[in-house]
Amino acid sequence: MPDAASDEEVDRFIQGLVEEAEAGGYHINPDEEFTRGLVRGLLANRGRYGYISCPCRLASGNREDDLDIICPCDYRDPDIAEYAACYCALYVNAEVEAGLSAAAPVPERRPPPAERRRAKEERATAGPAPGGLNYPVWRCRVCGYLCARNEPPETCPICRVSRDRFERFM
Amino acid sequence: MTGMQHVPGEDRGKVILYALSTCGWCADTKKFLTGLRVEFSYVYVDLLTGAERDRVVREVERWNPRLSFPTLVVNDAKAIVGFQEQEIREAVGA
Repeated sequence: MPDAASDEEVDRFIQGLVEEAEAGGYHINPDEEFTRGLVRGLLANRGRYGYISCPCRLASGNREDDLDIICPCDYRDPDIAEYAACYCALYVNAEVEAGLSAAAPVPERRPPPAERRRAKEERATAGPAPGGLNYPVWRCRVCGYLCARNEPPETCPICRVSRDRFERFM
Repeated sequence: MTGMQHVPGEDRGKVILYALSTCGWCADTKKFLTGLRVEFSYVYVDLLTGAERDRVVREVERWNPRLSFPTLVVNDAKAIVGFQEQEIREAVGA
């Protein structure tokens, strides 16, 4: 069982989540009981690992290896676009949020462990910026925001994730 | 709480649910199986540690290389990935 967070803590977390989501054009699952369960899972993971990794995925406990599944995960936006909800169904599209349809299980988009290990090795050997560019271009893995500057921003100005969620784009 | 937990019910063969204690779809799958009144075992893989966790992770990967949850294995023969009500119902003959 997840380490128990108080009801008050869960309420507070959900309120913050909803405000931030709506401000950015995202929506939280309106099924209160389901969402409360997911948030308890997120808080349990924060207690265990120090970050809110996806409640529906097995975290390794190593932040670098789990970066892509820290909520909001790298797969949220394509899953909402294709399936109307993210993998754990914490985030849903406007139609589900309005109660016009229900969130259904989403197939796993995260690559299997062996493929992730390979991608990690490839990233480690990425070269310098292509000729002609004055700055490297960084891409937020979560929302796709692009910026050309020496380092990615501390916090994504669009979706609020941390600097380590950016990847070198060009 | 670690290791395999047992839920009594009607014997429909060997039914094992690999789940995460934090996951909503895993909870729904467990609730669904309980509602079908079939006998099954479940394990919360996120609560396991050390060698036991490695062993169970390998077990799940054998059935489902994506290592996603819930993974339900029926009679050591069929794996159902995700909360698929109809598929589960058919696999356990309920």
